[in-house]
Amino acid sequence: MLSMNNFFEKSDISRSEAENIVSDTLSKCDDGELYLENTKSETLLLDDNKIKNSSYNSDLGFGFRAISDEIVAYSHSNEISKNSLRQSSENLKSTLKSVKGTYNHEIPKSNKKYYDNINPIEQKSLNEKIKILNEVNNYLRTKDNNIKQVTANFLGEQKSVEIIRSGGESLTDVRPLIRFNVSVMLEKNGRKESGVYGVGGRQSYDFYLKDENWKSVCDEALRIASVNLESKPAPAGEMKVVLGPGWPAILIHEAVGHGLEGDFNRKKTSAFHNLMGQKVASEGVTIVDDGTIDNRRGSLTIDDEGTPTEKTVLIENGILKNFMQDRLNARLMKTRSTGSGRRENYRHIVLPRMRNTMMLSGNQTQDEMIKAVDKGIFAVSFGGGQVDITSGKFVFNCTEAYEIVNGKIGSPIKGATLIGDGPSSLKEVSMVGNDMMMDPGIGTCGKAGQGVPVGVAQPSILINKMTVGGTKL
Amino acid sequence: MVKDQEFLEKKASYCLGLAKKLGATESSVIVNNSVSETVNFRNKKLDESNRSDDLGISITTYIGKKKSSISSSNLLDDNLNILIEKCVEATKNTPEDEFNSLPDKDLLAKEVKDLSLYDDTHIENDQKIDYLKKLELAASNDKKIVNTESSFTQNKSNFILANTEGFCAGYKTSSFTASSVIVAKDEKSMERDYEYSSKCFFKDLEDAGELGKQAADQTIRKLSPKKIGSEKIAIIFDKRIAKGILSTFASAISSSAISRGTSFLKDKVNQKIFSDSINVLDKPDIIKGLGSRNFDKEGVKTDTLKLVEQGVLKHYLIDTYNGKKLNLKSNGRFGGTSNLYFENGNISFKDLLNSKSKSLYITETIGHGSNIVTGDYSVGATGFLVENGEFKYPINEITIAGNFKDMFQHITLANDLEFKYATNSPTMMIEGMVVAGK
Repeated sequence: MLSMNNFFEKSDISRSEAENIVSDTLSKCDDGELYLENTKSETLLLDDNKIKNSSYNSDLGFGFRAISDEIVAYSHSNEISKNSLRQSSENLKSTLKSVKGTYNHEIPKSNKKYYDNINPIEQKSLNEKIKILNEVNNYLRTKDNNIKQVTANFLGEQKSVEIIRSGGESLTDVRPLIRFNVSVMLEKNGRKESGVYGVGGRQSYDFYLKDENWKSVCDEALRIASVNLESKPAPAGEMKVVLGPGWPAILIHEAVGHGLEGDFNRKKTSAFHNLMGQKVASEGVTIVDDGTIDNRRGSLTIDDEGTPTEKTVLIENGILKNFMQDRLNARLMKTRSTGSGRRENYRHIVLPRMRNTMMLSGNQTQDEMIKAVDKGIFAVSFGGGQVDITSGKFVFNCTEAYEIVNGKIGSPIKGATLIGDGPSSLKEVSMVGNDMMMDPGIGTCGKAGQGVPVGVAQPSILINKMTVGGTKL
Repeated sequence: MVKDQEFLEKKASYCLGLAKKLGATESSVIVNNSVSETVNFRNKKLDESNRSDDLGISITTYIGKKKSSISSSNLLDDNLNILIEKCVEATKNTPEDEFNSLPDKDLLAKEVKDLSLYDDTHIENDQKIDYLKKLELAASNDKKIVNTESSFTQNKSNFILANTEGFCAGYKTSSFTASSVIVAKDEKSMERDYEYSSKCFFKDLEDAGELGKQAADQTIRKLSPKKIGSEKIAIIFDKRIAKGILSTFASAISSSAISRGTSFLKDKVNQKIFSDSINVLDKPDIIKGLGSRNFDKEGVKTDTLKLVEQGVLKHYLIDTYNGKKLNLKSNGRFGGTSNLYFENGNISFKDLLNSKSKSLYITETIGHGSNIVTGDYSVGATGFLVENGEFKYPINEITIAGNFKDMFQHITLANDLEFKYATNSPTMMIEGMVVAGK
């Protein structure tokens, strides 16, 4: 607890008074908690040859939640004070007029931690960080004459949370988070194209910046932009698609991940809600959602309800095994929380969310996949994706892709959207590679207006049929 | 209750004073408070209530041409003292940028017009519940409806913007927003759609029953969709999608994209970028307008701009920093547009549907497929096949693609503009785009 935030230090309310309000408000509820959060974050941006922005944010607040049966009452404020907490309590009580709940499923205990209690912002001085950004800019601009724009930024964050439950139980976590991004724009013969790459995770700046290893991030952004400069229009229509390992696992996140979140399945609005125990993917396809990998962007020691995270098997050898659950949806579906209850910050209610979503390795090689394709595309890098969980249709946007002609990789093609159907697309996976790779640690997932850091991983895969949204008929 | 002007002004002047004392040569501060109350319904029952009280402050300090900023939700003087000290310290250590400065004094707003943006009405949670009951009842009429989720939010906000050039102004705004998301199911498919209404004044909000009925109708008609083949076909964008194309246009003419050279519309002022009859306006002084404002986030007066006249681009959206870089004066667009819209076209919605023997009517797009560097556009879409003016059947799992440079030159607009959002478009047809399907 040494460096843990004391949320009541500068407040007119003591910890024990706050605990009493929590216990009193939640006494007859099915669940709920007082969630306290203090986030310190820093952004440094280099753009157009200059340090454009250096900013620091300090965000403090609480969210008070009471649940009775299916009804959630929530109230949040920035002021941790007697008055404010009482007002929130009254607000919750007025929503839940007749409560009769008894559920008090205990929070499991765990001593495991998946990242260190550090404040990355303080680990490097502002001057050191500015120096590196300038070096990034100089390095790139001297490397390629076609570079017209370089943007590079650091984001550093430390989030301290405390969860106080009825009866005074307290759970705490301190979460570091770093992101380093580089984007370049090239111009050649009047044509402009850009390339973006980044790295990040729950550790110190040094991990990404020692021994000039930032150069590899720059090289990758430049490589993607250079490839795109030579790209030709993408084809339009259904064809075979080979996905590279790592970040293209956005496919998994969109195609099946969201559809396996507990809330959509309790409400029966997910295309997967009646498929538990059934075959939803080809044999050989195993997908897990894992919050326990050391220092990963999507990892959490405890989730935002205090439940320790775990490695949840979602699909095992093609068969749907589990949904991802927070406490509310777990209780209503008569199962247990998988430690997937997350929120962007204290302003938001908890929802079941993904952590690091991964398809595990099979035994084929990428080479075999390319050789198996007469006409199709090889997609290596992606910008982002989106899904309509009800119809199951999902898209993701290629930022680096090539055509495949007669088993050989051909010319690069322009960025295009790929569209597929969640419940059926994983049945079209005909080869699973032996080259599983984690993404570089830059993903943010949006749901109901809340963004949370997540990770993805997958080996190379071959999908027999997807629609490619190019312009060339 | 949302904090009053006096409280916000006091905090603002405290910050400006302290920054000066600590060595800032110039500074600016925004203090805001927003109180919102939401009630959610699901399947005709109360599902969630949510009250939020958000305070925020953001301060930018300058020392000559050096600049840094901080923001916080903790407005206690103790905390502000620490943060402002940190901010001034960071300013000293940040390299100079010749274009950093507060806005030119003569561009600052001199008066705050009353644009009727604040409704004092307080809608108690019980009234929100009544509204949602009526809405969900109307939405649940058909047996095919399997899930309804509806929401009512009342928001009251207040802010003060102050800087060391003597600017100090702010005002209250309010919004009342109702929305409904419906899931319908038949033997072959499950589909989702929505309807939404947001107004500054409660009495202007869409009737609950009407909103529920529209949401349900729009969802049911999407059931049992088909996938079509890949072809070049005229695309008709529903108003709620057409406005997104207008938003992309706005990001492509923002002075930051232009000054950085990362927009396909760089150097296109006074050139014809749209078809002949197209006019685009950004009008900040619409009474009760959802995007209305007196000045931008730097305090610069915001006047009406005719961004596109008869297809010709006339202005970029300019803020102080990028304006100085481009050698142009700020036109009060820090933070983007106000009430942005395409003026009405010449033909009715019905005539637009009838103008081609076959077209696609798009009601939803997914994915982030707009690239403002190259102008390339490629998104997933759902909608309807239209033949001879009639909606034939729903369509999904297709993509539509093109390049904005060509798309803008082939736009035809209907005459059905309404001010439902801050950015609005009439129904829009674009010819020459490629659909990828089977």
